Amino acid sequence: MDAIVVENLTKYYGDLLAVNGISFSVKWGELFGFLGPNGAGKTTTVRMLCGLTKISSGEAYVAGYSPIRELKLVKKVIGLVPDTSNLYPELTCWDNLIFTGEMYGLGREERVRRARELLEFFGLLDKKDSKFDQLSKGQKRKLTLAAALMHRPRILFLDEPTIGLDVRSRRMIWNMIRELNESGLTIFLTTHNIYEAFNLCDRIAVINRGEIIANGSPAELKRRFSGSEVLEVSFDGKMSVEEISRIPGVIKASRSGESFMIVVSDPLSVMEEIVRKAKSKGISLNYVNLRGADAEEVFLRIIGDADA
Amino acid sequence: MLDEIRGALYIAKKDLKEYYLKPPTVSWGIAFPLVFAFAFMLRGWDKLWLASGLLTLSLFFGSTSMSAASIVFERRMKSFERLLLFPISYFGVAWGKSLSSFFFGLLSSIPTVMIIQLFLSISPHNPVLLALCIVGSALQFSSMGVLLAFAVKDPAQAMTIFNTIRFPMIFLCDVIIPVSKLPKYLSPITLAMPLTYSVEAIRYALIGNYDIVPPQISIPITFISFFVFLYLAEVLIKRSIP
Ligand SMILES: Nc1ncnc2c1ncn2[C@@H]1O[C@H](COP(=O)(O)OP(=O)(O)O)[C@@H](O)[C@H]1O
Ligand SMILES: [Mg+2]
Repeated sequence: MDAIVVENLTKYYGDLLAVNGISFSVKWGELFGFLGPNGAGKTTTVRMLCGLTKISSGEAYVAGYSPIRELKLVKKVIGLVPDTSNLYPELTCWDNLIFTGEMYGLGREERVRRARELLEFFGLLDKKDSKFDQLSKGQKRKLTLAAALMHRPRILFLDEPTIGLDVRSRRMIWNMIRELNESGLTIFLTTHNIYEAFNLCDRIAVINRGEIIANGSPAELKRRFSGSEVLEVSFDGKMSVEEISRIPGVIKASRSGESFMIVVSDPLSVMEEIVRKAKSKGISLNYVNLRGADAEEVFLRIIGDADA
Repeated sequence: MLDEIRGALYIAKKDLKEYYLKPPTVSWGIAFPLVFAFAFMLRGWDKLWLASGLLTLSLFFGSTSMSAASIVFERRMKSFERLLLFPISYFGVAWGKSLSSFFFGLLSSIPTVMIIQLFLSISPHNPVLLALCIVGSALQFSSMGVLLAFAVKDPAQAMTIFNTIRFPMIFLCDVIIPVSKLPKYLSPITLAMPLTYSVEAIRYALIGNYDIVPPQISIPITFISFFVFLYLAEVLIKRSIP
């Protein structure tokens, strides 16, 4: 079985549908990227796989175990770096790692050896006796990563590993992620940074509004989306992004001043539906423009707020 | 099972290292009972009666301050979730959190015991039973603190809510005023308060008599409530998962 298998995974927070029946799998040894804008459902998905959020419906297998029925077995083989570095601020770097080792049942010698090894790998050996609170943002991120590796997990989850970091720390973390993956670790990372996904990952699933809209290698995705088109329309009355987003065939809709930028794969059917929708509201189109788009533009439009 | 015990002990050790020497903990856990102690000494009340109430009170504050502070803080900082990722049950997590408070409670009762010895030179009615009652009470209070810390919705208000619950208990639970002298309509409240049972248990072990609850009932209740509170805390942790 693959490292991660997800079938029809769904999450409702009350009435809010955060993850809408997604399916995908991650192979052993893969560096898998989950790319999507803020609020797409990335964190929710990771948390469901790690047992920190309840699964509303669907199935998931992490290293062959179900987070619903065999959570303890899942926990033993995964490491999670959440979107905020959340180690204990008042404990030293060393104590933070040792405590993590203790909770995973590592023996005394193993704990000490592993903590030293990881501090060295992340270049934090000289911060050994500093409190976590005293570290810089980048150092905090590294130590949180180190803690997630203490028990030698088989699968590592990284939720926005470089969010809020400066360019230098970001590059360092990328190199470390690469190195860890090359040593055989399976990695599932989420990001809203297109550059990060395309340059780091073997395979990418693009998630938007709780649904996976594309899945493939960076090269495959670029090929697929380079055929897309951008439809620019404006109306003489009120229309919302949400209404347009609901039209089948719309990959991403956003507002840009008076007009809407709509990424579509099949412009004709979408156009037809837009006209019908406008008519039913008693408004009409002011302006329509259709043009081809390259993959870069499509992804920038999908992700919207990417900082790459 | 062994994993769970080990995990709980490691959580307790970590908490002691991280929080227990913090000024707020020390002031609430140790200084506060001391102030109370001197207040008691100055009044011309029944000193034996007060001594038992006082000892329970120091255990009460010592074993509830810590868990509240550490859990509330960790929930706010999101580091509490780290505990939920370790391969340990939610009951084990709740237990570990209460265990650190338990040790701190025992520790913070030492000054009070010394004051009682020094000023009153009481020799306990039954020392072994007293030790058992102190342990039972510390267990009860520490798990109660954990339960309350999970019960509050907004961690920022936890301390306020905590003290609104703690202070009335002092007056309703036989600590200062004998329950038998309180208006009858308050007795259901008194009997619903965990503190009542530990006060009565410790009082019996210390001076050989009690107010309304006999030791055969009060002592087991301290231990039983420990498990009940932890179980409820486990339920709350489970429910806190979105
Ligand atoms: N605990 C929660 N309760 C209610 N809604 C939530 C909760 N966590 C996330 N959401 C909502 O679910 C959606 C997906 O959020 P999230 O998974 O955090 O997205 P991402 O990580 O991709 O930014 C968002 O609309 C968010 O507001
Ligand atoms: Mg997120």
